[in-house]
Amino acid sequence: MELISLGVRSIFIDNMIFAYFLGMCSFLAVSKKVSTALGLGAAVIFVLTVTVPINWLLNELVLKEGALSWAGASFATLDLSFLRFIMFIAIIAAIVQLVEMIVEKFAPALYGALGIFLPLIAVNCAILGGALFMAQRDYTLAEATVYGFGSGTGFFLAIVALAAIREKMKYSNVPNGLKGLGITMLLTGLMGIAFMSFMGIDL
Amino acid sequence: MSTETTIAEVKKPAEALLSKRRKKLVTDPLVDSNPITIQVLGICSALAVTTQMQPTLIMAISVIFVVAMSNFVISVMRNTIPTRVRIIVQLAVVATLVTVVSEILKAFAYDMYKELSVFIGLIITNCIVMGRLEAFALGNKPYDSVLDGLGSALGYSWIILAVAFFRELFGSGSVFGLPIYDSIAGLFGENFSLATNGLMVTPVGAFIILGLIIWVQRTKTGYVEH
Repeated sequence: MELISLGVRSIFIDNMIFAYFLGMCSFLAVSKKVSTALGLGAAVIFVLTVTVPINWLLNELVLKEGALSWAGASFATLDLSFLRFIMFIAIIAAIVQLVEMIVEKFAPALYGALGIFLPLIAVNCAILGGALFMAQRDYTLAEATVYGFGSGTGFFLAIVALAAIREKMKYSNVPNGLKGLGITMLLTGLMGIAFMSFMGIDL
Repeated sequence: MSTETTIAEVKKPAEALLSKRRKKLVTDPLVDSNPITIQVLGICSALAVTTQMQPTLIMAISVIFVVAMSNFVISVMRNTIPTRVRIIVQLAVVATLVTVVSEILKAFAYDMYKELSVFIGLIITNCIVMGRLEAFALGNKPYDSVLDGLGSALGYSWIILAVAFFRELFGSGSVFGLPIYDSIAGLFGENFSLATNGLMVTPVGAFIILGLIIWVQRTKTGYVEH
């Protein structure tokens, strides 16, 4: 039950885009067409669901204060949490490479759809942000997995919805200075108001 | 004697420390090719930390430091980095610098460190950093790269400070924590007060303010996106 409510909360209330602005760069750049937005969204769900639990293991077994106590008494007081940024980003970059190779080998059709987006994802703030939030909030392994999946799904919903709106916006008469990025920011703001209605819900 | 003078003549005169071209490196990203409003880079942190002026200023200083320093380091190493692994090398350099910033903040400004929380770490994935490394530092000399980094980071800084100014003024009625609304209301007597707009403090306010700033800025520079 706890897990379900955490999942729902990370999709709607703590939405990556509308509550924390994570992954905005690709959110804005790849939301011109629904089909590409679907591809990127799916890739983000996939990578977040894989990397958050792996980073959780890394954090619990190596980086946290006293986490290395399994290696011997002399390591028990070690606090390596200042290495978090480097280790997390290295793990993410490595996993993304690995996932790319596995998908290419075993699911060529999926690779064709996700292909170009996978390398981009290594430097997507949503992925690193997910890992850092996980470390800050002291989740368990199951919670971390659900959180990764949920926040990925939140990103997916947001980017697909924005892409659908932007496809319609092509036929609107927008002032010159507002074309492209400007109107997209205003649209995102309005979508944010819609998502704010979830904020009062306490799960 | 005579040979020396001919050699000196053949040699190209060293470029001035702040020649026209170098000044352009710094001033261009401020307005004409601003990283946020024109190139759409580094939006994530531009919105997340801008509810108050003070954390925004800390964020701006951190980004200026990280961009300039990483541009310098990568530019020094540019001829020794194999192209295939350059992304990992860049990430490692940037992550190291960000760790330095984060540890300094933890030691000297703990309140700010708590308030910015994960967003200091997210400078690593700020597209401005990687963008400048890829586009400039990999192909240019160290000094020019530092100037280029400074320019881009300053262009980023003034936009986020502008966003923060409006969000704090309208959302909390203050600037840098100074209660502007209260002092204005004080001039008109006891029963007078100005209402703050709670929407500005929420993410929605950030999107709308940034959208409007982009509109004004692009109308001024005449840039149109197709």
